[in-house]
Amino acid sequence: MSKLRQTPSQTVGPFFAYALTPEQYGYDFTSIAGGSLIEGDVPGQRIRIEGRVLDGKGEVVPDAMIEIWQADGEGRYAHSADPRGSNIGFRGFGRMGTGTDPQSRFIFDTIKPGSVDGAQAPHINVVVFMRGLLLHAFTRIYFSDEAAANARDPVLASVPAERRNTLIAVRDEKSAGAVYRLDIHMQGPNETVFFDV
Amino acid sequence: MTETYAPRDWSSQPPYLHPDYKSTVLRAPTKPLIPIRQSLSEITGPVYGHESLGNLDADLTRNAIKGGEPIGERIVVTGRVLDENGRPQPNMLIEIWQANAAGRYVHVVDQHPAPLDPNFLGGGRCVTDSEGRYKFTTIKPGAYPWGNHDNAWRPAHIHFSLFGPSLSTRLVTQMYFPGDPLLAFDPIYMGTPADCRELLISRFMLEHTQPSFALGYEFDFVLRGRRQTPVE
Repeated sequence: MSKLRQTPSQTVGPFFAYALTPEQYGYDFTSIAGGSLIEGDVPGQRIRIEGRVLDGKGEVVPDAMIEIWQADGEGRYAHSADPRGSNIGFRGFGRMGTGTDPQSRFIFDTIKPGSVDGAQAPHINVVVFMRGLLLHAFTRIYFSDEAAANARDPVLASVPAERRNTLIAVRDEKSAGAVYRLDIHMQGPNETVFFDV
Repeated sequence: MTETYAPRDWSSQPPYLHPDYKSTVLRAPTKPLIPIRQSLSEITGPVYGHESLGNLDADLTRNAIKGGEPIGERIVVTGRVLDENGRPQPNMLIEIWQANAAGRYVHVVDQHPAPLDPNFLGGGRCVTDSEGRYKFTTIKPGAYPWGNHDNAWRPAHIHFSLFGPSLSTRLVTQMYFPGDPLLAFDPIYMGTPADCRELLISRFMLEHTQPSFALGYEFDFVLRGRRQTPVE
């Protein structure tokens, strides 16, 4: 049987906010998701992820949209393909535009994911959208304080060693809470590793 | 055996770098993508069903009215979400956004001097039924100028966002209207491989047209399909 052609992607454009992130931007429409993934008293270590998106000139991108998808603190996804079931109350999806923070950051309040399948280090899946990207870009966020697990991670191992640091969020040791920072570089010497998922 | 997703068909997708669309020049990744072996991280994805919808979310002619009706030509946009094997994709969230009939977005960054419509937001969402069908009622969006090049105009379009069943099936795209003379001049549309551009154009359908109310357009989505792969 011949397959149907996959629908081509088109850019999210600059004007997504009132439909995809309306509450964050102050529009009168409900959001399905935002920058906080915490609901109720979901178990797990509270963390914050912060970062900016930078273009090929090193300038901050103020009209990007970042989505994150992650497992719960035990490494379980809230999805039927994960046979183990998930923590009740942790959906694991966040979405934030870079247009409301004064420094054009994305900021996610979430819990630190556990190791998904024993082999992979704790990580967060990231999807990057913006004007000028005709097709979204997939990347991942790993954690600087998981050095041993990162060293065994098969996805990180598939990345050239000199580029792995573009995927590892650095924990801010001075912060009272657990804050991790990672900028997404679309181009340049520190171009973020993007994956063909 | 476990289910993973067939690869993205790069022959149907636009490239990251398409210099005619100037914003790609400083934003397109320049290094090759690194292939990832699909794991639970890629074959799972966000799940949003009917519980995430408000009553009027799929009717953009009513979901933001402030005492009047939006201006413009009412249309129905309907179709199916399928995977590349032709399997309907039920219970899938679809989000849309668009300009109003005058070609103006509600977004504060849009400074095009066309009127805002106090009764129209331009955002909506719905969830596909058991056969993968969806339906929106809205206003036909207008064309609008943009700064990409001299006298640049975007053809009328509606933005669509779909998750599909997994992270790997994520799709954000734009639907255009048949016969639009602006399409040939639009670098975003033209960035799509030539033999796949028509996949982005809706079809006028008299059978979806509601008498004395709204013209009907049909537009189907095709997402990456499942495949069986041995477990390691």
